Amino acid sequence: MRELAYLRPSDPADAVSLVANDPDARFLGGGTNLVDHLKLGVATPGTLVDVSHLPLDALEEHDGGLLVGANVRNSDLAADRRVRTGWPVLSRALLSGASGQIRNQATTAGNLLQRTRCVYFLDVTTPCNKREPGSGCSAAEGYGRYNAILGAGPACVTVHPSDLAVGLVAVDATVVVLGPDGERRVPAADLHRLPGDDAARDTVLGHGELITAVELPRSAHARTSTYVKVRDRASFAFALVSVAVAIDRAEDGTVRDLRIVWGGVAHKPWRATRAEDALRGRPLTEAGVRDAAEAELDQARPTAGTEYKPAMVRNATALAFRRLVPDLAEEAR
Amino acid sequence: MTELVPSPVEPKAIGTALPRVDGVEKVTGRAAYAVEHPVDRPLFAWLVTSTVARGRVVAVDRSEALAHPGVVSVVDHTDAPRLAQTDNGELAILQDDAVGFRGQIVAVVLAESSEAAREGARLVRVEQEAEPFEAELREDNASYRPEKVNPAMETDTDQGDVDTALGTATTVLEQTYRTPYEHNNPLEPHATTAWWSEEDGRERLTLFDSSQGVHGVATALAPMLGIDREQIRVMAPFVGGGFGSKGEAHAHVMAAALAARTTGGRPVRLAVTRQQMFSLTGYRTATISKFRLGTDDDGRLTAIEHRVQEQTSRLREFAEQTASPTRMMYAAPNRRTSHRLAVLDVAVPSWMRAPGEMPGMFAHEVAMDELAEACGLDPVELRRRNDPDVDPEEGLPFDRRGLVECLDRGAERFGWASRPRAPRSTADGEWWVGTGVASATYPAMRQPGNVARVESTDTGFAVSIGAVDIGTGARTALTQIAADALGVGTDDIDLRLGDTALPMASVAGGSSGTSSWGSAIVAAAQQFLADHGDRPDPGLWTEASALRGDEADRFSFHSFGAVFAEVHVHRYTGELRVPRMLGVYSVGRVVNPTTARSQLVGGLVMGMSAALFEESVRDPRFGHVVTQDLATYHVAAHADVAGIEAEWLDESTTTFTPMGSRGIGEIGIVGTAAAVANAAYHATGVRVRDLPLTADAFLE
Amino acid sequence: METTIELTVDGERRSLTVDTRTTLLDALRERLGNTSPKKGCDHGQCGSCTVLLDGRRHLTCLALALSYDGAEITTAAGLARDGLHPVQQAFLDHDGYQCGYCTPGQVCSAVGMLDEAAGGVPSHVTDDLAVPTTLEDLDDGEIRERMSGNLCRCGAYPGILAAVREVAGA
Repeated sequence: MRELAYLRPSDPADAVSLVANDPDARFLGGGTNLVDHLKLGVATPGTLVDVSHLPLDALEEHDGGLLVGANVRNSDLAADRRVRTGWPVLSRALLSGASGQIRNQATTAGNLLQRTRCVYFLDVTTPCNKREPGSGCSAAEGYGRYNAILGAGPACVTVHPSDLAVGLVAVDATVVVLGPDGERRVPAADLHRLPGDDAARDTVLGHGELITAVELPRSAHARTSTYVKVRDRASFAFALVSVAVAIDRAEDGTVRDLRIVWGGVAHKPWRATRAEDALRGRPLTEAGVRDAAEAELDQARPTAGTEYKPAMVRNATALAFRRLVPDLAEEAR
Repeated sequence: MTELVPSPVEPKAIGTALPRVDGVEKVTGRAAYAVEHPVDRPLFAWLVTSTVARGRVVAVDRSEALAHPGVVSVVDHTDAPRLAQTDNGELAILQDDAVGFRGQIVAVVLAESSEAAREGARLVRVEQEAEPFEAELREDNASYRPEKVNPAMETDTDQGDVDTALGTATTVLEQTYRTPYEHNNPLEPHATTAWWSEEDGRERLTLFDSSQGVHGVATALAPMLGIDREQIRVMAPFVGGGFGSKGEAHAHVMAAALAARTTGGRPVRLAVTRQQMFSLTGYRTATISKFRLGTDDDGRLTAIEHRVQEQTSRLREFAEQTASPTRMMYAAPNRRTSHRLAVLDVAVPSWMRAPGEMPGMFAHEVAMDELAEACGLDPVELRRRNDPDVDPEEGLPFDRRGLVECLDRGAERFGWASRPRAPRSTADGEWWVGTGVASATYPAMRQPGNVARVESTDTGFAVSIGAVDIGTGARTALTQIAADALGVGTDDIDLRLGDTALPMASVAGGSSGTSSWGSAIVAAAQQFLADHGDRPDPGLWTEASALRGDEADRFSFHSFGAVFAEVHVHRYTGELRVPRMLGVYSVGRVVNPTTARSQLVGGLVMGMSAALFEESVRDPRFGHVVTQDLATYHVAAHADVAGIEAEWLDESTTTFTPMGSRGIGEIGIVGTAAAVANAAYHATGVRVRDLPLTADAFLE
Repeated sequence: METTIELTVDGERRSLTVDTRTTLLDALRERLGNTSPKKGCDHGQCGSCTVLLDGRRHLTCLALALSYDGAEITTAAGLARDGLHPVQQAFLDHDGYQCGYCTPGQVCSAVGMLDEAAGGVPSHVTDDLAVPTTLEDLDDGEIRERMSGNLCRCGAYPGILAAVREVAGA
């Protein structure tokens, strides 16, 4: 770990300018990912700007929805009564991630900005374009069980590990970002990017841009939402695949609106718009859900190690619908 | 010192659930492990490791590291203290420029703080020249026949005529089974505190080491360092698990000893990182088992063949005895086993809980499950029909062959009778439900050369032996044994272990600890009473060692068990859960039911963990394990473990030890993965022959 | 770069010098000599370093000490200041440990977890998120899930479960 300067500004604008003006500086939030990377030599900043003490920890009503401060801890967000009833997919996603201790420590913004768990990214003795642009991708022909099947670029085949990010896309959340030029709003769906030929950048944020809050709009589909995560261990493990589903159905059972978002399949939360389109306006059946997932998976390109993922994410999608729509479960019996 | 054959002990404290004598220290965290002992002005060591799998170190540039504030020195092969012996290729580090595997120690950084040491290691520039290497275990590697397999068993065996018998068999099963690389991963990483001093004009090396055998560490290091064994003191009052990986000194212990020799007496603290443990502290080799089984019309085995392909390392041979349990498990007139090793340019494999039995019995017991189906027999019944009268290999009667009793008792408790024979018969909501069974076995072992000391004190007896309690409960069980052997209460015993200043003891391994150390304690106690009577004055003492009689010529000594598992497989996601497991064991007399249950349950948990999660993925392009932490090498978490129970038959085997015990540390892991795999097959109809069983194999 | 911070550790106010890179875990173990929290992985993957930090269970390995200047920390040693904590006694009574290395972290985690559950915090296996949980809802599945951030390689989970269940029901 390099020798570090440690700064603790008291104002978000100061924090932004400290990082924006120093290419060698990084924000430090809850630390659960960055401190890991400092020890491994994956991140080697010269200056840490500690934003974990900034007054960004409010969780309050806002514009009919909720405004979640960047420093709201994962455990507090998951446990909030309003979130549990209005945006249950977020509670479910958070509670399926990490451990009780880590959730007490990790922040909302930090969760979104955590980086891949690709074993080669974390091992500085192996090539990795994300860690060292131009060095090559060891994962493409290597240990591939966790690799992407959708939208993988030539430079990088890994997936984004956040569960929360997948849930946020399903509830149309907006990320509030403070930069050197002021504030901007980025839809959660647009925060993370596909790798293309630039694997180093996980998100659309520039150096010095600080997530200050996440806006959660209230919606009928967010209220009926859930998260299914498939993993090797029953707990404390990253997803093989995960599925966030949010659904608004009319009285007659037809789908008025819905969101299907997949985790563990791409460099970003993958909104399955083709699958959504196939189901919108129609009555729900399990076979219909499976067909819709297959329609989305036409674009999938599984590789050695990920041959199982299309079937797994299709089935997990069906399972998520079963959890939300009891009569779908009835029908399948 | 006296040597005697101890007489059987009348159990009073033995068999009672004495709470662990070191429990309060552990639940408060006051128990001190290897780098937690206060020492004066320690230097923190950090290892620099190779990044090529084979080749040589061309140059080590230490300038940046030495310029870093707090870094005191960097030791590499050009200036490390020379070793007097270098034939142990694993321990002979920093002696030349050769690199034998990726992750090998090539330099040690010493610094005033751990932060500076870590950064210093990052700043050491090691220029390496890479040579072609091989790091992938395949069925068709060039391989050789080792002289012996661990610990000193025949490499191959051949009785009767397997090929002819298979040709005339009614039912033949031929299958290949694979187990992956596995890492022991005790929760306490390997760690050593080391310092050199002078006493009476002689050098002395003192170590606090996270070790399963302090005497073994001293014995291994002394000749290499060119000093007498008596010049080394190794202490291990508390050890945070080992599971075999701390059974022998690994290279980091030598690194600490060598580095400490350069500091002018300042102690060196060296903690191996979790990531480094995947290269430096041993692991279970991957295995490929080829089985051929033949039976007659009644499902009686006529032929058993088990051929094993596995690997060793270029630097040091380790030959896992994977086929050894096949030699004594079931009756058959025609039998053949063999082991072949590929020499790979990889880290040195070593012991991991039940080496041999764990991978070998996974293969054998899944094969038996397949054979039962092929013969149209219940899996318990197939095993019952093939239970031998005498040890098929040695021809000796078993002192106790408890397998069928374990199977019957387990079947009754588990509700086996109501099990539908056909796979894929039971669904419960979103889950397929199945049950499976497997046998377990482990040889009973007593190591020679153990010595115990009994001394009368003002308050009772001090009983000393240089053994180590790595969490097994040895400190507690030996207290009970000592109390009964001396005819006093456990409160009267002050049991001392974990120090080479105490009498010679063998390693905490091979389920031999209680048998070996306990027998020595009984011998010393009985000799003490003979020497000094049962009302001795304080300050009298006796040292003794336990001899064995001729029982090993008359009996074959093994423990047995039966493992039953219920497995649920999710119909949508393929995820597996094990809501219920039961192990029933024949292990001789249980000295302490509390600690014994924890040992057996712990073995079952580790076996279940191996069944579902554990795999060290070696990337053959680089040569090292890339799943090198606890986030990517999964071991069972709490949520994975439900309803695990262990029980044992009420028995005693005083022909083997004066306590009547036979050893319990390993058997819980044996057969367990097979029981889970067999249950997963019964649930789904999907037969998985390679560990681990993961969700993707069961997706529909 | 060395800086002085203050921590209250097991009830005692301590002033200490740390490097900007020093983790809370190394500050406790190497600078204050409190080795009750253990280093099992140093990367947030095992839970052995768990303490109670300002009342909540918290890892110390992924925390830079400087960021916690002024914090109040209780380790397993501190829980036993006035005799064993009921959770510690229950671990002894149910043999919820073997080697003891993960144990201080398990104990702190259990104490923190019981507070969370009593405070209505749900878990991954909570069926109905709309209903606040209480200690009475802590069935075996809930305890196992909530304790899953603490690995035990000895496999003492059944004993740990029994210990936590007993304290939760007390």
